Amino acid sequence: MIFQNEVFLIALVGMGLVTLGFIYVIFQAGKPADTAEAAQAHKTSNLLRKWLFVALLVIFIGASYATLHRFPIPLQHEPLQASQVVNVIGHQWYWEMSATQVETGAPTEFRVTSADVNHDFAIYAPDGRIVVQTQAMPGFVNKILYTFDKPGTYKIRCLEYCGLGHDVMAADLTVVAATTGGHAS
Amino acid sequence: MSTLTLYPEDEKLPRNERNVFNLYLITVLVLFLLMMLLGLTMRMTQADWIGVPSRLFYQLLTMHGAGMVGTMSLATIAVMWFFLRKYVHLHLWAFLTNYVLFMLGALAIIGSIFIGGYAGLWTFLYPLPVHSMGVWSINAAALFMVGYLLIGVGLLVFYLDAAAAIIRKFGNLGRALGLQWLFRGEIDPSHPKAVVASTMVIIANGLGILAGAVVLVMSLINAYFPSDTLNALVAKNLIYWFGHMVINATIYMGVIAVYELIPRYTGRPYGISRVFLWSWAVSCVFVIVVFPHHLLMDYAEPRWMAIMGQIVSYGAGFPVFLVTAYGVLTNIYRSNIRWKMPSRFAVLAVFGWAAGIVPAILDGTIEINKVMHNTQWVPGHFHFYLILGVLPMVLALMYHVIGNRAQSSHDTVSSKIGLPAYLIGALIFTIAFLDAGHLSVPRRFAVHLPEWMATDRAGSIGAMLIILGMLVFATYIIIGLLRAPTGERPSNTAG
Repeated sequence: MIFQNEVFLIALVGMGLVTLGFIYVIFQAGKPADTAEAAQAHKTSNLLRKWLFVALLVIFIGASYATLHRFPIPLQHEPLQASQVVNVIGHQWYWEMSATQVETGAPTEFRVTSADVNHDFAIYAPDGRIVVQTQAMPGFVNKILYTFDKPGTYKIRCLEYCGLGHDVMAADLTVVAATTGGHAS
Repeated sequence: MSTLTLYPEDEKLPRNERNVFNLYLITVLVLFLLMMLLGLTMRMTQADWIGVPSRLFYQLLTMHGAGMVGTMSLATIAVMWFFLRKYVHLHLWAFLTNYVLFMLGALAIIGSIFIGGYAGLWTFLYPLPVHSMGVWSINAAALFMVGYLLIGVGLLVFYLDAAAAIIRKFGNLGRALGLQWLFRGEIDPSHPKAVVASTMVIIANGLGILAGAVVLVMSLINAYFPSDTLNALVAKNLIYWFGHMVINATIYMGVIAVYELIPRYTGRPYGISRVFLWSWAVSCVFVIVVFPHHLLMDYAEPRWMAIMGQIVSYGAGFPVFLVTAYGVLTNIYRSNIRWKMPSRFAVLAVFGWAAGIVPAILDGTIEINKVMHNTQWVPGHFHFYLILGVLPMVLALMYHVIGNRAQSSHDTVSSKIGLPAYLIGALIFTIAFLDAGHLSVPRRFAVHLPEWMATDRAGSIGAMLIILGMLVFATYIIIGLLRAPTGERPSNTAG
């Protein structure tokens, strides 16, 4: 399943659960409760809240561990030892890239910076979905390490508003099937 | 403690207070409608239903962003003022000063955009305001930033007056937050939730506004002395600290209306508790330090800040789900609640906040942010909690206030036409954004590819329904506000 689809599904399920909780209570809200029923409801709600707390805590710890134990951003101040390196400079409103072709199967390091304002270097796969991105900032180099697994024409788009030409700031990146283990530099 | 009386004596508004309060509410209703129309124009442009040149599109985007954040702020300041003044002595001049400076700031911003051509967005991300490639001038950018400074000064005047009033009554801000009861001691049941929430906002938003002031002044100096450059990453941190704080503060001010009004419509006390105090104390810290989740794609940011951004984003869900949402649901459960417009909006607001936080938390995850950042997922989640959360908080108070003034059928028309249109429209509008986000449609693009336009068209239809609902609300509320309260002379009016 495409990663974005999984995220969308999780969001819809989460929002759906919140909605169901509200709908249930709203349908109950118009009914009166006598003293004994109110006391029982109070007791039950306190118990439910404890369980809800435990459930949220488990999700909190589980999701944090699952998404952070291998930190998703490469180290920025050490050599990444990638066999393919592409230097990228964002300009208003075009991309300057040291290579426009890379190979699958071997990590590619993108060293991304900007010559003027903030941009965002986002790589779109041939299916139209983003695979990775980083900000292109004046005075800083942000390093992406990404291994392409499918050949094709990838599209580079700017995802940080950078002025009038923001939406036309695009470039192509060709990814070809591996031959020698990478040649971009 | 919040009252169970629908219209308590201490909420009555003397003539001057009423005039200023009405000024706030009528202004925000008109501004909301205008800004929504700009939003609709942009969605219809992306849908290719109308043609708006890119230059104008980005001007509208700048106006819509700055206008909505400012209007949300102005509206929720009115909510905070309306309830907080019952517990501490607020000066009307401070409330009015905020309004006047807001209007002056708004004029500067409108001038910079529509006369000066400024289109650097509400985030004024350094160095874009002074690097437009000749599209707008340095003076236009500076005027925009001066507008922000005016609005910020107005907010600080109001907050400082409120802080002084709270300190006079409770001794210090910590005691007003109820920190003395976090671990031990019998909690004073009369300690108002409005004071706790207001104190939290004063601390957190005060810091956010100061961060904004620092970066605005630095940017203004740079505009006229370009050799004095800024560190782009530091500037970005300050801008997002400010921006995140100002818009989030609107929820924490707006929710005061929920705390105050819900028990009046359920007839069930909504007492203060140690869990409640913990949640607000924790939220105060969380909301101040969570802003790095806006910089997760700035890989040069220190790693600990990115981790803090994610962890705190997750943690911020606890107080919302376990205290505010759960507390309101518990209060209304089998309460035989009176379903009127204020109670409907109050419950809707808490739903919007709780449901809207789900996609927000997901986007606060670094791994997910790598594919969702600056896609339409982002406007999807913040429009969700602004349209279905914060705005209903404000509307709840507005309808409550006119409830004892209007004798017309406003409740029926609003609930039978306005509310369904608004609710259905908001769901279509926001889910269209989220859908587009998961399809990787970028945010802030004036021109969209044909394959993206289905979500733009759905979003446009949703926006039309929202505006229809808002037109109904605004009409009835403005008529109601201009009426004298039922059975009272205009010179001695109730709120």
